[in-house]
Amino acid sequence: MTKIDKSTPMENLTTGGDIYEAGNARDFKTGDWRSMRPVFHGDKCKQCGLCFPVCPENAIPVKKEDLKRTDFNYDYCKGCGVCSKVCPFGAITMKEEGVDQ
Amino acid sequence: MSIRERLSGNEAAATAMKQINPDVVAAFPITPSTEIPQYFSTFVANGSVDTEFVAVESEHSAMSACIGAESAGSRAMTATSANGLSLMWEMIYIASSLRLPIVLSLVNRAVSGPLNIHCDHSDAMGVRDSGWIMLFSENNQEAYDNTLMAHRIAEDENVRLPLMICQDGFITSHSIENIELESDDEVKKFVGEYHPEHYLLDDQNPIAVGPLDLQAFLFEHKAQQGEAMKAAKQVILEVSKDFEAWTGRHYGLFEEYRLADAEMAIVCMNSTAGTTKAVVDRLRENGIKAGLLKIRVYRPFPAEEVANALSHLKAIAVLDRADSLNAIGGALFEDVTSSLYVENKHVPMVNYVYGIGGRDTTEKDIESVYTDLTEIVKTGKVENPYRYLGLRREEK
Amino acid sequence: MPYNLKEVVANKPSRFTEGHRMCAGCGAPPVTRMILRALKEEDHAVIANATGCLEVSSFIYPYTAWTDSYIHTAFECAAATLSGAEAAYQAMKRQGKLPKDKTTKFIAFGGDGGTYDIGLQSLSGAMERGHDMTYVCYDNGAYMNTGIQRSSATPRFADTTTSPAGKVIPGKMQPRKDLAKIMVGHHLPYVAQTIAINNFKDLYEKSEKAIYTDGPTFLNVLSPCPRGWGYPTEDLMPINKLAVETCYWPLYEVVDGVYHVTYKPAKKLPVEEFLRPQKRFRHMFKPGNEWMIEEFQKEVDSRWQELLDLEEMTNKAE
Repeated sequence: MTKIDKSTPMENLTTGGDIYEAGNARDFKTGDWRSMRPVFHGDKCKQCGLCFPVCPENAIPVKKEDLKRTDFNYDYCKGCGVCSKVCPFGAITMKEEGVDQ
Repeated sequence: MSIRERLSGNEAAATAMKQINPDVVAAFPITPSTEIPQYFSTFVANGSVDTEFVAVESEHSAMSACIGAESAGSRAMTATSANGLSLMWEMIYIASSLRLPIVLSLVNRAVSGPLNIHCDHSDAMGVRDSGWIMLFSENNQEAYDNTLMAHRIAEDENVRLPLMICQDGFITSHSIENIELESDDEVKKFVGEYHPEHYLLDDQNPIAVGPLDLQAFLFEHKAQQGEAMKAAKQVILEVSKDFEAWTGRHYGLFEEYRLADAEMAIVCMNSTAGTTKAVVDRLRENGIKAGLLKIRVYRPFPAEEVANALSHLKAIAVLDRADSLNAIGGALFEDVTSSLYVENKHVPMVNYVYGIGGRDTTEKDIESVYTDLTEIVKTGKVENPYRYLGLRREEK
Repeated sequence: MPYNLKEVVANKPSRFTEGHRMCAGCGAPPVTRMILRALKEEDHAVIANATGCLEVSSFIYPYTAWTDSYIHTAFECAAATLSGAEAAYQAMKRQGKLPKDKTTKFIAFGGDGGTYDIGLQSLSGAMERGHDMTYVCYDNGAYMNTGIQRSSATPRFADTTTSPAGKVIPGKMQPRKDLAKIMVGHHLPYVAQTIAINNFKDLYEKSEKAIYTDGPTFLNVLSPCPRGWGYPTEDLMPINKLAVETCYWPLYEVVDGVYHVTYKPAKKLPVEEFLRPQKRFRHMFKPGNEWMIEEFQKEVDSRWQELLDLEEMTNKAE
């Protein structure tokens, strides 16, 4: 599908507003919505698995090989803090976005 | 080789649907179109079609299901009238905006209220700006023929718009008349198969249909619909030409009846055209140069062609079987007057709202219109351009 | 195969992608994603979505967050729209127009507005007609998309923008509709009420059953809305837990008319534990309004008891 944006002439828009590239919302990054930033502390993580299904943004990747989570995908994380709240081990802390600590 | 039969308008529409053999029919009963889903569900029950019949719980769901079915990659059809179309209204717009060539058989009836089950065109006029192609049919034969041509027009890649075939409730839907049918095989060959490029059930190429379309895009998508509607005119003519080559029955954008040498003419749609033809013939015998222009393709409106066909006249009466209640006449009148104006042609014109709620329109009524036109031809003046025909009111 | 969260998440790619525009902390995306993970990987899905938060945030032209085929038409007709697609599938499959060895499943998503209220007729019709589809209501208890107006799923006394807690009328005065039971009244093969809790086992297993039971099935999923309910976004999972532990949102399934309560709290918590953290119930905690909490508790208790009675009754009958 050709790239569509606000400058695309009507002739090049898809007919009826259909989209033929399922899942292309991945091209739309929502990370800049974040005002709070989750920080992953791998040393404290016990890989219990409570955090990754709760993420509304699918921003906690889980590796296929060893079923372990890795660091956040900040391209999409909106900083809601749901993951931090469910972590029983203090392995996810929240800090203000853009502020070094 | 055509087959001679005797069918009502509803039977004719149902027979065409049977021969088209769509994948899905979703419909809800409403007088006077009820017989169409009745006949059709009998075809399904007896295995004479391959269709999935969805007996929905409302017309809103009928059109919603047709949209789901057509988006899924299948051919979907339905039938309705009056309030049924009103309840569909929201989905009528969505069907056309999603560019789905759904075909609907609309048996025209007065929209409530008060409740009335008889013919007028207020249902169709309510959706005239919804982006549907609208074909009107004088009789059972035209309802049948228009239905056979519907998919070729609607599914054309330059069109991709839904299409409705209108006929007059009870007047033609329930009158049994002679008809020429085509054979099942020939119909199948003419209509062809439907192979959309993108569809929901294509598991290899999933698609998304029906976005939130904001300020940056809706305008352009609406304009695409507008372009498709313009393109439909040519496609209708081409399909009609093929149809004529096959059946010998000629269809254009409208029918001109003794119009070429006429001085005055009536413009109307559906069954009233039949009554008008009889009157025209009689007036002609008396040397009165009366003619008729019967609109077949109401959307897209063939403005330029209509203007050219009418420009030589000295007086025109446009008959609207629906009142726009706007103090400036009916919808067809607006379309015809603006067509002539834009083409820079001026002919004295008068509008009659008639036949509301199934009020009979007799030859005598039509004749009175030509009498009025004769007066206009004589004086060149139109007093009171917005009139009623067949309305009881106090003498002034 | 027993449920293993990590394997499910790692091995079944998300069918509801990142890059959608639901609010931060919204309860709906994790629910939607997990329900879709219950699909077999090799199966295709056609998803219909009622107008609502999920729809306007997941398919904003030209971006779709759905990796399966997806259709949105209007607010009240996700079920009817999907029933048409399902009918097309049946017809085309029968006529050999679709590959024989491939399966497509049909799933509708609607909020409580599009399901309990404006879409109830369409839903009822589609369920009665027996289409092979699963309808999922993500119930956040109000019209959140248009700015938190009351729906028939809004709990009693909740403060919404069309049932404001005023000086004379203290919020929504009517109890909430019990949609799952209305669906049971359609004699569906499978109806369940669930929520995202703990490791999502309840949600996943019920979704799997619903999707792979032949015929029309229904899932009602409580889906908190931080904005509409008035709680901090990070509290999604604690709120869900309180909804279940207080029996405000009982977890159960009804298989061919037989009720199974799938979770019974060892010690049922007082419902005020669920109400207190939410601003929409704040007025109930003002002095003099104790009666509201009592009334609310009574309703929760009687509905819970009714459910236990139904479980006993329907199992006995078996």
